[in-house]
Amino acid sequence: MNIKSVHDYFPGMDIIDSDIKEKVKEAYDQVKDIRVAKADVLASLGAERLAYRDLFILLSHEAEDLLEEMAEVARAKRIRYFGNNVSLFSPIYIANYCENSCRYCGFRAKSDIKRAKLNYEEIDKEMKALSETGIEDVLILTGESQKFSPIEYIAESCRIAKKYFKTIGVEVYPANVEDYKVLREAGADFVTVFQESYNPETYDYYHPYGHKRSFAYRFDTQERALMAGFRGVGFGTLFGLGDPIEEAFKLAVHASEVQKKYPQAEFAISLPRIRPTHGADNSLDFNIVDDKKFFQIMLAIRIFLPFASITLSTREAKDFRNLAVQYGATKISASVDTSIGHRSKESQDEGDEQFVIDDIRSTEETCKDLRKIGMTPVFTDYINL
Amino acid sequence: MENKDYLVLGDKKFESRFILGSGKYSPELIDAAIKSAGSEMITVALRRANTKDVANILNYIPENVTIIPNTSGARNADEAIRIARLAREMGCGNFVKIEIMRDSKYLLPDNQETLVATEVLAGEGFVVLPYMYPDLNCARDMRDAGAAAIMPLASPIGSNKGLATRDFIKIIIDEIDLPVIVDAGIGVPSQAAEAMEMGAAAIMANTGIATAGDINMMAKAFRLGIEGGRLAYLAKPGRVLDAGADPSSPLRDFFD
Repeated sequence: MNIKSVHDYFPGMDIIDSDIKEKVKEAYDQVKDIRVAKADVLASLGAERLAYRDLFILLSHEAEDLLEEMAEVARAKRIRYFGNNVSLFSPIYIANYCENSCRYCGFRAKSDIKRAKLNYEEIDKEMKALSETGIEDVLILTGESQKFSPIEYIAESCRIAKKYFKTIGVEVYPANVEDYKVLREAGADFVTVFQESYNPETYDYYHPYGHKRSFAYRFDTQERALMAGFRGVGFGTLFGLGDPIEEAFKLAVHASEVQKKYPQAEFAISLPRIRPTHGADNSLDFNIVDDKKFFQIMLAIRIFLPFASITLSTREAKDFRNLAVQYGATKISASVDTSIGHRSKESQDEGDEQFVIDDIRSTEETCKDLRKIGMTPVFTDYINL
Repeated sequence: MENKDYLVLGDKKFESRFILGSGKYSPELIDAAIKSAGSEMITVALRRANTKDVANILNYIPENVTIIPNTSGARNADEAIRIARLAREMGCGNFVKIEIMRDSKYLLPDNQETLVATEVLAGEGFVVLPYMYPDLNCARDMRDAGAAAIMPLASPIGSNKGLATRDFIKIIIDEIDLPVIVDAGIGVPSQAAEAMEMGAAAIMANTGIATAGDINMMAKAFRLGIEGGRLAYLAKPGRVLDAGADPSSPLRDFFD
């Protein structure tokens, strides 16, 4: 079955008590037509507490001309909250079966990629191989298929991960509160789900069927995870789908509103950009975000949410990541392989990658490069109690 | 032997009144910073030290320096207690700075939970340094619960805004018979000196040094500021008169 509107929920999906969706929409509607002058940008940069209007101003095209000034402010905040520390993590893709239809994704159901799912023994080997690189923070990923990757499969993977890692994040399909409780119990600490697009029309176009079609259920994910007792949550939007200013604005306001409601939680923002990939619909006309705009977005989010971790993936090139960590980003991945079961080289059933990565550095190389630019690699900043 | 001006915490005596933080710069820089600061104590976030990484911060701390593990990352008393026990198991000694935050945005301490953790950990023989809002009633409770010192915040952590809570810290210094270590928000040596002149027993600083252009020079500047403030406190400052103060006394006029 399918749902007609992206604002609907499929049967069985938790509907929680929250007005954050409406708040995010209202916040954007209030600012989207304001005209920004250079003086506004300077005033927003000088503000100690930034309002949503300031966030919009810092994301505007007018602010691009003041990128150096923005960078100074962002850097000062980055140093105040995180020093020169850069946290390292690595993703592990344990399955790439997917029941969704996201037009831009290599894992989507219609794609002809090679499917695979690791068994527990293979997961153990992959995790062991990864932990031997020094990584202590792991992110477990699957394609979005409850059939092939049921909660218990993900939970068991978390239990295995506990043997090797200090911090466990999961980036899997959005789940109900009760299922998140199972994952938390199994040792997972953080939940990340990208909204992909915060504009319902854009979302509608890119997600024609599958459970992911429910914009509303996906939007509530971080709250459901926090209701289940998770330590922290990650937010993201896939730059390249919607209007980048609207997307970045709504992303940051979403995180800000959830923080107000759950002040004890830890917050992470991911900034992924569209990458070329096999299996996606290659006729798509993306809103490609160039390096300068992307950098500006990162600076604006750092200034607006100084306490939040900002993650850049290996979709980004090494030189870009080296620059970004000095001004805004605080967490990067290393030793990345987005395909299934490559690390231990022993898995029987290897599957294709989700997207093509740009930065292929090992953990050791990444650390060396970070130290060269005066940054400190951090493997763990968290106690798993 | 002359009477040295020691800071006593638990069963240890310290000549330095400067507690250095460690969380915001490279472990390789710690040794030099400690020397420039003349510090004998350094705080370490256990969540950072709990690593198999060869660059583990604990490997960079000289032996004669007392490690004060902190419980940052704890959101309630129970988590802080477990972190403190883990620190002791890892060989970090008996000192613990309790930091409990229920707000990831401002990182402000939770006094109620901190009090619970203080009582339990003091009972287990820890030298407990509770990081807290400067609240007199709560400071009394901390003392009664067995705290070895009171660590009130001067202003929001990392803000370098100095003694925003000056009057409240002064009340605690006046009323609580424990060392008062001013923590958080001290960004420059003049602010540290001001707190010491007021009677603070020591200063804890991190961001002000870690974010300076020259870490070692700033560490030294803090040391001098803290020493200067301490000497001024011991010297008992003379009265500060407003310019143009009226020399006549209404009392003399009345009684003469």
